[in-house]
Amino acid sequence: MTAAHGAGPGPGSRTSHPSRERILGRIRRALADVPSYERPADHPVPRDYLRTHGSRTPAESVDLLADNLSDYRATVHRTDTAGLPALLAELLARRGTRSVAVPPGLPGGWLTDAAVEPVVDSPSLSAGALDAVDSVVTGCALAIAETGTVILDGGPDQGRRRITLVPDHHVCVVRVADQVVDSVPQALERLSPARPLTWISGPSATSDIELDRVEGVHGPRTLEVVLLVEDDR
Amino acid sequence: MSRTYVGMPAFPRAAAVSAGDTTLRANLRTATHTIRAKRAEAVAELDDWDRLRAAGAAVKDRTLRHLDHYLLQLEENVTRAGGTVHWAADAAEANRIVTGLVQATGESEVVKVKSMVTQEIGLNDALERAGIRAYETDLAELIVQLGDDLPSHILVPAIHRGRSEIRDIFREHMADWGRPAPEGLTDRPADLAEAARLHLREKFLRAKVAVSGANFMVAETGTLVVVESEGNGRMCLTLPDTLISVVGIEKTVPTWRDLEIYLQLLPRSSTAERMNPYTSTWTGTTADDGPRAFHLVLLDNGRTDTLADQVGRQALRCIRCSACLNVCPVYERAGGHAYGSPYPGPIGAILTPQLRGLTSPLEESLPFASSLCGACYEVCPVAIDIPDVLVHLRERVVQGGETTIRGTRTVIKPAKGHTMERAMMRTTGWVLDHPAALRRGQRLAARARRALPRRLPGPGRAWSDTRDLPEVPPESFRDWWERTRGGDA
Amino acid sequence: MSVSFTVASRCGRMKRQMIIGREGMSDVMRVGLFVTCVNDTLYPRTGRAVVSLLERLGVEVDFPAAQSCCGQPLSNTGYRHRAEALMLRYAAAFQGHEYVVTPSASCAAMVREGYPRIAARAAVEGRSRAEVERLSKAAARVVTRTYELTEFLVDVLGVTDVGAYFPHTVTYHPTCHGLRMLGLGDRPRRLLEHVRGLELRELAGAEECCGFGGTFAVKNPAVSAAMGADKTRAIRKTGARAVCAVDNSCLMHIGGTLSREGSGVRPVHIAEILAGTEGRVL
Repeated sequence: MTAAHGAGPGPGSRTSHPSRERILGRIRRALADVPSYERPADHPVPRDYLRTHGSRTPAESVDLLADNLSDYRATVHRTDTAGLPALLAELLARRGTRSVAVPPGLPGGWLTDAAVEPVVDSPSLSAGALDAVDSVVTGCALAIAETGTVILDGGPDQGRRRITLVPDHHVCVVRVADQVVDSVPQALERLSPARPLTWISGPSATSDIELDRVEGVHGPRTLEVVLLVEDDR
Repeated sequence: MSRTYVGMPAFPRAAAVSAGDTTLRANLRTATHTIRAKRAEAVAELDDWDRLRAAGAAVKDRTLRHLDHYLLQLEENVTRAGGTVHWAADAAEANRIVTGLVQATGESEVVKVKSMVTQEIGLNDALERAGIRAYETDLAELIVQLGDDLPSHILVPAIHRGRSEIRDIFREHMADWGRPAPEGLTDRPADLAEAARLHLREKFLRAKVAVSGANFMVAETGTLVVVESEGNGRMCLTLPDTLISVVGIEKTVPTWRDLEIYLQLLPRSSTAERMNPYTSTWTGTTADDGPRAFHLVLLDNGRTDTLADQVGRQALRCIRCSACLNVCPVYERAGGHAYGSPYPGPIGAILTPQLRGLTSPLEESLPFASSLCGACYEVCPVAIDIPDVLVHLRERVVQGGETTIRGTRTVIKPAKGHTMERAMMRTTGWVLDHPAALRRGQRLAARARRALPRRLPGPGRAWSDTRDLPEVPPESFRDWWERTRGGDA
Repeated sequence: MSVSFTVASRCGRMKRQMIIGREGMSDVMRVGLFVTCVNDTLYPRTGRAVVSLLERLGVEVDFPAAQSCCGQPLSNTGYRHRAEALMLRYAAAFQGHEYVVTPSASCAAMVREGYPRIAARAAVEGRSRAEVERLSKAAARVVTRTYELTEFLVDVLGVTDVGAYFPHTVTYHPTCHGLRMLGLGDRPRRLLEHVRGLELRELAGAEECCGFGGTFAVKNPAVSAAMGADKTRAIRKTGARAVCAVDNSCLMHIGGTLSREGSGVRPVHIAEILAGTEGRVL
């Protein structure tokens, strides 16, 4: 039994246990019409929906990713390994970036051309300090073509969730060879639920004013995605 | 202290007021018609939509039929991942738990992600009574909070406000809550969003405690999911030291894989996007990344009573996308406040009377707040047959019957005010079941047709205040048939 | 249910082909007309139009006098138990008919969706097996045989040009139950497009409810009237002389609103348009 144990002396810890039994009891009484022999898997779930929508070559998937990202106002760039440092330097310079947050495992060489002061993420880097940083450069875990989504899972080239949140400018590098999937179902099967995930589809936005979409609220207002074709070497 | 839904009048009265409010009508019409067309496009992109919808409904049904099993699994996995699970049977208990958890941190303010369920339980007021200030950080919730107002839409709580009203609210009230609105603030949506960004940033940066809801909880992994657009959710979920998530027990899904259905259904139904800008998932706590303490408060508050109703329980499939509101012709004219709860529109009309029980004239009026046009069912991504549940609840209202209140099976009496209607329906039913009597009535009306008024007095005015009555023909069809085709009667 | 319906309509088409294929057409198709209580009492003209139209198409029409109301007004207001007797009455009245045709999408939807549900609910309520069986049998008997008029014309008779003449501008309001419960789709439009002399005008926001909704119209009069006013505004904007639909109850609300507004736009049931010919415009 993994009964709730409240953290410290909160009233929650005193009252939760009886309510747990009460709620579970209510549920069981409410489900009196469900045969006692029925197991969860006995209730059928049709999974005949599509694993992907349409069939595409890998190159077409990358094009679709680019289209969908742009459609939601992310800026998309393409380059190869050799061109990456120059491209990143250019994106940061164009923005006027002086300081850039970077995850501890950002591949060496990505920022060699950029005239910026790197702020390496660490547990001691506060939100306030991040607020003073101009940009952030990361890799990603995956990208989904059909929805125009990049996914971060806190891996070494991505850092803690906050570094891609507080700065106003996020440059995210997608390695197209092995990081682009077509669909949401394909993405979920490659992701680990144990890691904290952030799915990003375009810069932050809101539809709260007259249900019309406006880009740019609390998260980075500028999202640039670099589609990186790596050398075989 | 913000306004509450307590003591709101029955739906027809409140709706009559809003139907006459031309500004409100125009705001709602613009907003709902904009999103309606976009949703249709977003849905049309997926040629397996109907199959996703069927799967979405089936997974929720499986979960609901075995909810005890899945909740225990969820509890075990959240606990194993470093979270703490609390159980709240009702609003008061949930508020007590959250207040206690905040007090234990020594903090006197919290930042909040938009959460329907904390509106439902009145958490902000409860915290305020304990001297804790809750800051809403979703743009629309901020507009509602600054305007001392009530939400009127699931996705866009301030949908009843147009851009210039929002600008006025920001100018007038932002200073009371923190950083004032920028000088010369215009009513351009981008400027309004910028004002919210500036106003809230200092709160995000200093917050130590956050309160959230969740869109999904995955039983097999203990993972919670928040789907959002603005980034205020990410701020709340990752910057503070303590995260308290209050979630209705029906938000559970069995497996990680099940998310592949809902993360396709929800954004397209809700904001009409292929994918919403930000989706966050977390499982317990993560060393050095995000909150150090995570509390999950599992809320019943009428959900198990709803579950006990075999017809009505499908309302618990709801993923709060708000597509049904956006297509509802009644919502469009009545506005969200007339529904008297944080759950307006068609889904609210079946959810509120079930969560609260048929406890006041408001709840009793909600099942009738629909022309049964079926547009809601058509767009519902989890195929909740809202018209069917509405009719089912109408039966409960006019005839009484067995229901479950706070876990106890009870037989309720018919609602007051339906006595005359019941008698009328009994007579009507009898007449219709006796064609000879029906014929006599038809002939009587035909003879008196010249004397019949085009406008009715008394209760009949509900019809004839705005509509002429049809003329009664000199001869019914059945009489014509008999006369011309020679009685087959 | 939609599956069994498709099968039934396919059978119907085959049967008709057999009938027509036979020499001399000795075996004339015979249908039971379910005129509905609203049409019987207030719009007999519509019933007469259905008779005249079907007879013109070579169909023999029968009107069982034992029929009354489908029970929808009772059931939708919360008096399902009182609707049971009417469902049994309907099933008994049309026992001998392979095809039941009705000029009301809403009533057809009640039979096809509502009747099986009435039986299912009785089972959930724990009523006796005999009672549940009686209700389910009655429902099953009529569900697959009941057709809304335009469905019958297009799916069973296989016609879209019924030889009608109606020299007016018309706009078409697809009623909610026809659109969303029966899935009539473009059947009514296809029929209207073949009517000589008729000019069809597009109705903006056509798929939106007119605000009738049975007792909704009097239980929520303000919202119902607001919906009605928006609908009539759209209708007047088309400039059409008449608004047509597959249901007179919606037209009663729309027409009543138009009349109160002093508009000359005339509400007219689709059957009355389709029944008109060059010699006889209804």
